[in-house]
Amino acid sequence: MTITVVLPRALVPHARGAPTLALHGDHPTVRHLLDALAVEHPTLRDRLLTEQGALRPHVNVFVGEESVKYLDGLATSLRDGDTVVIAPAVSGG
Amino acid sequence: MATAATQQRSEGDVVLLVGTMKGAFLISSDRARSTWTIDGPHLRGETVYALTYDGRAGRRRVWAAGHSFHWGTVLRATDDFGASWTSPDQAPPVRFPEESGLALKQIWQLLPGIADEPDTLYAGVEPAALFESRDAGRSWAPVRGLLEHPHRERWEPGGGGLCLHTIVQHPTDAARKLIAISTAGVYRTDDGGATWQPRNVGVRAEFLPNKYPEFGQCVHKVAHHPARPERLYLQNHWGLYRSDDWGDSWQDVANGVPSDFGFALAVHPHDPDTAYIVPLESDEFRCVPEAKLRVYRTRDAGATWEPLAEGLPQQDAYETVLRDGMATDEHERAGIYFGTRSGKLFASNDDGDRWRCIADGLPPIVCVKTATITAA
Repeated sequence: MTITVVLPRALVPHARGAPTLALHGDHPTVRHLLDALAVEHPTLRDRLLTEQGALRPHVNVFVGEESVKYLDGLATSLRDGDTVVIAPAVSGG
Repeated sequence: MATAATQQRSEGDVVLLVGTMKGAFLISSDRARSTWTIDGPHLRGETVYALTYDGRAGRRRVWAAGHSFHWGTVLRATDDFGASWTSPDQAPPVRFPEESGLALKQIWQLLPGIADEPDTLYAGVEPAALFESRDAGRSWAPVRGLLEHPHRERWEPGGGGLCLHTIVQHPTDAARKLIAISTAGVYRTDDGGATWQPRNVGVRAEFLPNKYPEFGQCVHKVAHHPARPERLYLQNHWGLYRSDDWGDSWQDVANGVPSDFGFALAVHPHDPDTAYIVPLESDEFRCVPEAKLRVYRTRDAGATWEPLAEGLPQQDAYETVLRDGMATDEHERAGIYFGTRSGKLFASNDDGDRWRCIADGLPPIVCVKTATITAA
């Protein structure tokens, strides 16, 4: 399967300058996808997840147009061809 | 932005490392310290609580911890005074072990180790822990003796969170250091971090039923003088203290100050009897008393304090200086510097006798450190 990941501008330097990434392989859930992303781009992991593996509180992850908060969180299923968008919440200064 | 001209440094130059809520500024002058060049913001948009200069082993390296509300904390360094920084994808991870149950919120303090260990660095973080690097900042690990301290479960967060905000390193004995946590108080290790003992005898905890507990004080800042490391000064959440025995005991030295509440504290680079504070009115009104911005200086180790006001606003100055907001340079006639939450940076090039505002309108200043350039 291939999942397209769209990064916010702030995280592009963590992915060797690529704003969009295509991840090939078996990524049944968002967590699997983020784990795979961290293997390819290690410093991205700490920008998205805490040491305990929880999504940072002001980070949003969308599968298509729906936030995983309203799906199954990091256990949200992925299908071949999905686009996952990572975006900062509009909270914060 | 940085220019080639501003990155040239000569012996005796001073660079102020100014951390703000919206990035870091590197503000430079020659040894006269009468004109200043502002360069920044670096780490644009990030909150920079921790900066330090590492001039050991021929380096001229500035470390900065930038915190993003969304993306967390990233530690970065520059070897050319801001012309280039560690690429984000090469930034060293500062992470708690997963089994600790803790997650890094913020780096509050960075400090190079002793001169004989030029690859050792320390980071004080929130939640309260001390991280150590022994490879010049490439990798970091928490100091286990403090991470697993039996008091940890009883440490309470202060207004800024449960942060380890101060590290005082003995200048020649790498095994001995002292840290301060809000709100846990002062702890000292004499065995390289394996064990830590509370060192708060005589320090008041105004907000607790027991005013003198073993630990639990809200210490705001501790500073010492490298030439006399057993001499410490402590600015408390109510209380101003001195220790002459590496923290084994503390004496109240709030003699003649308008308030013993405050955050900022600095010691003169060449005189352990001389220290500087900026008293604030109270914990309920954290501005300078009478809306007059005054630094208080002691030249007799706290027996007396004198107000320093020449060049500082003495009317309608509702200013606040935070715990890392004041620093000195290394010159014989010392430069003293402090920044305010309103974004003003003040400098004195004569031990604090006279002051000048050298930057106005910066983002809120949370950290002021200095680099005094030595021969390469």
